Amino acid sequence: MKPFTTLTAVAAPLIRDNIDTDAIIPSREMKSTGKTGLAEGLFAPWRYLSPGGRDPDPQFVLNQPAYAQAEILLGGRNFGCGSSREHAVWALAEYGIRAVIAPSFAPIFAGNCTRNGIVPVVLDDDAIAAIGEDGGLVTIDLAAQTVALQDGPHWSFEIGAEAKAMLFEGLDPIDLTLKSRADIAAFQTADKVARPWIYLGDLMP
Amino acid sequence: MDHIVDTRPGRGDQTLMPGGQAFITETRAAAREAGITLFDVTDPDQGIVHVVSPEMGIVLPGCTLIAPDSHTCTQGAFGALAWGIGSSEAEHSMATGTLRLTRPKTMRVTFTGTLAPGVTPKDMILTLIARHGAGGGKGYAVEFAGEAVRALDMEGRMTLCNMATEFSAMTGMIAPDAKTYDWLRGRRYAPRDAMFDRAVADWQTLPSDEGARFDIEIDIDASAIEPMISWGTSPEHSSGISGSVPADAPERPVAYMGVEPGQKLIGLPIDAAFIGSCTNGRLSDLRRAAALLKGRHVASGIKALVVPGSMAVRRAAEAEGLDRIFTAAGFEWRMSGCSMCFYAGGESFPAGSRVISSTNRNFEGRQGPNIRTHIASPETVAASAIVGCIADPREIAA
Repeated sequence: MKPFTTLTAVAAPLIRDNIDTDAIIPSREMKSTGKTGLAEGLFAPWRYLSPGGRDPDPQFVLNQPAYAQAEILLGGRNFGCGSSREHAVWALAEYGIRAVIAPSFAPIFAGNCTRNGIVPVVLDDDAIAAIGEDGGLVTIDLAAQTVALQDGPHWSFEIGAEAKAMLFEGLDPIDLTLKSRADIAAFQTADKVARPWIYLGDLMP
Repeated sequence: MDHIVDTRPGRGDQTLMPGGQAFITETRAAAREAGITLFDVTDPDQGIVHVVSPEMGIVLPGCTLIAPDSHTCTQGAFGALAWGIGSSEAEHSMATGTLRLTRPKTMRVTFTGTLAPGVTPKDMILTLIARHGAGGGKGYAVEFAGEAVRALDMEGRMTLCNMATEFSAMTGMIAPDAKTYDWLRGRRYAPRDAMFDRAVADWQTLPSDEGARFDIEIDIDASAIEPMISWGTSPEHSSGISGSVPADAPERPVAYMGVEPGQKLIGLPIDAAFIGSCTNGRLSDLRRAAALLKGRHVASGIKALVVPGSMAVRRAAEAEGLDRIFTAAGFEWRMSGCSMCFYAGGESFPAGSRVISSTNRNFEGRQGPNIRTHIASPETVAASAIVGCIADPREIAA
């Protein structure tokens, strides 16, 4: 996973509440069993004029020339709600989005972001409106946990220590967990004695 | 196999969804290679994972259960810690036997009193989400408690917990009790004989302590809940069926749904009706809908279908003759699967249809391009299909 340190990029405003993962990538665009080939389906219901079509809707923010190079997305409340499909995050990542700034995120979506190198930045509505109105370059500094406009306003954001470490160092969480292999094995050994019915494999005919 | 399978009788690996067949055959090959039991397309045990797992006694009180599907919280109804994860987390869990997560905050939602006739667990959860918002449970594990929850059977409890994810909660759960143990006894993967008794002794220690403190408590008077129906494009856009689209409803959902602020919901003409899904596709759901449909017929021009949540549900319903009630009423009787709860490029309703649906999501395009979805209980779906408009099931005596 590509480490995230700082990013200076254009932020595209898509400030609507409850943007769900069906809108980020509808099921019909999830045509492969892999993580790639999804960027074209990103926001398909809004980005294209007709369902399944590829004629861009000029009204949609990512189709506007000013936002063609956007690497940051500004969203509304409860961003990424609905289906747990990780394809939503894979599609954003493949398209080139490296951070989403929203007043709140759906929990599964936020977890998927940090596992795929996208920073879920929580800022309040006023800050997001100000960034959207500014329209200029936005700098996200993960170490400092700040978002700044080019000349002036800046805001701090909160992010969990582990999520931050994973993003900052591009860590693979499986490797991180396997460092605790001995503790996991000790727990399972004791738990199998205490609750044997939990361990299906041992009870199968 | 649930999301991607065809539900038309005579089905095989072929599906109308682009890439569906490849998904099925690749999943089958991977499961075989890894030695993982798969409830395959034509298996008699096939069905929606959150219907099949409880049927099989795979979920148990006190177990940690995860699946890469947001409605995994359904299974919290058994007093399990069950929640939906992404694909990378599924990979992590299979590689390590663990998941890394932040301990959630705790919320208790207490439904006091008793539900009125014709009011269901679907109406309870939609009431909670309508009052406290689709983000209201964010960061919390929610325990559903109170007299009205204790009174629910296991299938009703699953419906209630199913939509905890629509509340943005990590999960919903209900303390196990005698109903839970009775449901599990004798199921294929449940412990047996002396081991079952030993497990029950352990499960009895699981409920929250008397006087337990939660980070937040919400109380809802269950006796005041009426059948609910959504009017917009988020489950929080829901109202009692006698209500109206709010006068201050936001512009975008109102435009998408083709409704007007202030408009009454009863009487809004529909084009199609769907009964099924992990929310409301179990035997008791089909029984209650069939009770209303018996001796009646859907209104002229209404496309209606019922998709059992599992093949076991389908067989049990057929043994009771429910399939004949549905088909005589003008419903299609399908094989099990997630079906038209969501659209994946395969089957859908005619473009722009207004659909009343016993499913869990009314997002833009969820059931197909420009489809306008109203979510409600199976009773409300059945009643509306008969009338041809959104209708109050209490007005149609079974």
